[in-house]
Amino acid sequence: MRVTVIDYKAGNLTSVLKTLKHLGAETIVTDGDLSIVEAAERIVLPGVGHFAATHRLDATGLTRAIRAAIARGVPFLGICVGMQWLYAGSTEAPEQPGLGAFAESCTRFAESTEKVPHVGWNSLEVRSGSRLLNGVEPGEFVYFTHSYKGPVTADTAAVTHYIEPFAAAVERGNVMGVQFHPEKSGETGLKILRNFLAWEANRC
Amino acid sequence: MLTKRIIACLDVHAGRVVKGVQFVDLIDAGDPATQAARHAREGADEIVLLDITATHEGRQTLLDTVRRTALELFVPFCVGGGIKSADDAEQVFEAGADKVSINSAALADPGLIDAIGRSFGAVRDAQVFVHGGRKPVGRRVVEWAREAEQRGAGEILLTSMDSDGTRAGFDCELTAAVSEAVGIPVIASGGAGTVAHFTDVFARGKAHAALAASIFHFGVSTSRSLKEELARSGVPVRLPC
Repeated sequence: MRVTVIDYKAGNLTSVLKTLKHLGAETIVTDGDLSIVEAAERIVLPGVGHFAATHRLDATGLTRAIRAAIARGVPFLGICVGMQWLYAGSTEAPEQPGLGAFAESCTRFAESTEKVPHVGWNSLEVRSGSRLLNGVEPGEFVYFTHSYKGPVTADTAAVTHYIEPFAAAVERGNVMGVQFHPEKSGETGLKILRNFLAWEANRC
Repeated sequence: MLTKRIIACLDVHAGRVVKGVQFVDLIDAGDPATQAARHAREGADEIVLLDITATHEGRQTLLDTVRRTALELFVPFCVGGGIKSADDAEQVFEAGADKVSINSAALADPGLIDAIGRSFGAVRDAQVFVHGGRKPVGRRVVEWAREAEQRGAGEILLTSMDSDGTRAGFDCELTAAVSEAVGIPVIASGGAGTVAHFTDVFARGKAHAALAASIFHFGVSTSRSLKEELARSGVPVRLPC
């Protein structure tokens, strides 16, 4: 199975690529070749760095190509900032729009006595019906490292509690995102990535 | 609920895991890739690899070690030692590290923290190793931790050189002082010997994670058995793992 991994030059992709290969996927990386996105069977947008860095997706035409791929039914997974990009935007970079697949915006954790970034292993409350999180039992842990997060809405596939409840995963049809790092979340993360790799467009 | 992390640390010298007391009298403790995989299997929440001699020696051995270690590791992996520039950090990331830990070079040039943050995004990877061995810090620890945070560090790895390898307990006073001074997570390091040391540093020391090396080497204790005991004491930990 082939996975197209989007590189927007905001950080390195080593961990994600290595994990996808470990799970038997063939990976193709592109930082702007739209023909690769047009031919993609499934797409992963790993997320690192600052939301403003997603500007490169617009500048290279990748945003448009990804939007078209999603409309064709290609399974898409955004990780961390890659998930945040699926929303309308983020207060981290208010001038930079996201894809807008989900209408809400991402915001920074509220001021509190707790530390920000939220770093470490936290548990998932998985909502029923999520295909991405199929087989993840209540209370399984995944690894987070982030300061911004998406709100809990009808599209939320899993909720995590830190300072406030937030969307640990989002899913609507073939569009999926995880705020945590499945490539760094041990067996639970591998299970989630396997679900994504097994996702067939015709089942939706 | 966010759990307290138990981090297994591999001190590496010339491509081998070593352990000493207060950074001297080194004993061979195995192959880094094999040891890291074993720690992950045995329940460690994160692996830190510190190249304790990299400041003085070549980098290529370390990069090869990082590459081999990262290959089959699916928990967070931090690498430190001898990272003197944003380019050094980039090489370590490309070899498969998820975070870098910087100390001596950042003390000499605090702007390095900003530079790495600009290249890679602060949240993910800039962990500042405060205190450390060999070189005296020459600055107040709390003040330095606060500056590291302002410059974009994502976490503080606080090592008490005086406690390192002694198994006599973490420096809870120092850890609490730093934790209260900064808004980012603090990893306590140096002196782990018993389960009580961990409960103590999480409660009194206000640590978010605790790092240990000697306690896990030579089969003394595993992260899993440690975490099971911590859970019984009411510390939130990732179990089963």
